[in-house]
Amino acid sequence: MSRRLWLLLLPLGFLLVALFLYQRLQHDPSARDSALMAREFPTFEATTLHDEGSLVDQTLLHGEVSLVNVWGEWCPACKQEMPQLLALADQGIRMVGVNYRDTREKGVHFLNEFGDPFEVNIFDPDGRLGFDLGVYGAPETFLVDADGIIRYHHKGDISPQDVAERILPEVAKWR
Amino acid sequence: MALIRTLAVLFLLLLSASVVAEGIELREFDDPVLAQRYHALTASMRCPLCENQAINDSNSPISADMRERVYQMLHDGRSDSEVINHMVERFGDYILYNPRLESRTYLLWGLPIGLGVVGVLIVLLIVRARRHASAKALSVEERARLDALIQRRRSS
Repeated sequence: MSRRLWLLLLPLGFLLVALFLYQRLQHDPSARDSALMAREFPTFEATTLHDEGSLVDQTLLHGEVSLVNVWGEWCPACKQEMPQLLALADQGIRMVGVNYRDTREKGVHFLNEFGDPFEVNIFDPDGRLGFDLGVYGAPETFLVDADGIIRYHHKGDISPQDVAERILPEVAKWR
Repeated sequence: MALIRTLAVLFLLLLSASVVAEGIELREFDDPVLAQRYHALTASMRCPLCENQAINDSNSPISADMRERVYQMLHDGRSDSEVINHMVERFGDYILYNPRLESRTYLLWGLPIGLGVVGVLIVLLIVRARRHASAKALSVEERARLDALIQRRRSS
């Protein structure tokens, strides 16, 4: 009886391992939470894209739920998500941009061409703030609550479907 | 002819290797220990963008930024664990090729050891059962009965 039991257990074990591995095969390795989830937005000090003379820091994000979008003129997916960002701004959601690894000239040109949903754009030409945010490829979007805590992270461009299924529910949740 | 062709292929291979390496900058270190630490650290971190390349092996912009940060921090006299914590705080545990030992990773680190122990136990049990079985193949009474049976057959 014990031999028969073993013979039964072997394929069963194999099946379990195979199922586990198969299920992990569906898993997208690039889909992972930001390390900054539930942590404070990193401290920074930077000028804005439109005004070299102005200085902003993390207190910019206090007091209201904001969507912080990291973008650059050089980033094709950033162009694709622009209509969605404009629509979000139209719905009264506060949009803050981080102009990442770009020049002022190119950044401003981009906004003139594709529209400007942002209340303000943090100018981050050397990617210092992007690094502290753990950004490894634009576009990335962070939902920051009124206390300046990062509550949601979206990697890649925001599709109209993402707006309805992820962004709007998350904004509603943290407002 | 074949030799020339082989050499040409080798030459092209070398050329392509140097082209690939071009994306990764050379760094000068006055201190060989610092250079050693730099190489060890950049080899132990996974590029967040390119899934299975260490940051010392990847020419993605984020890997270049990370190498630069490692370099700066080492020059500022920061320890290896400070550098690693700095990166994990930003990019997550994902970048560690060697996950740290903490409550979340006990299963990960413990499973191979646990399975090894279970395996040794199973082998020991099987060996013991076998030894037991052969020693106990026939008890004294069984042997006596067997002898008696053989005797009976012979005598009949």
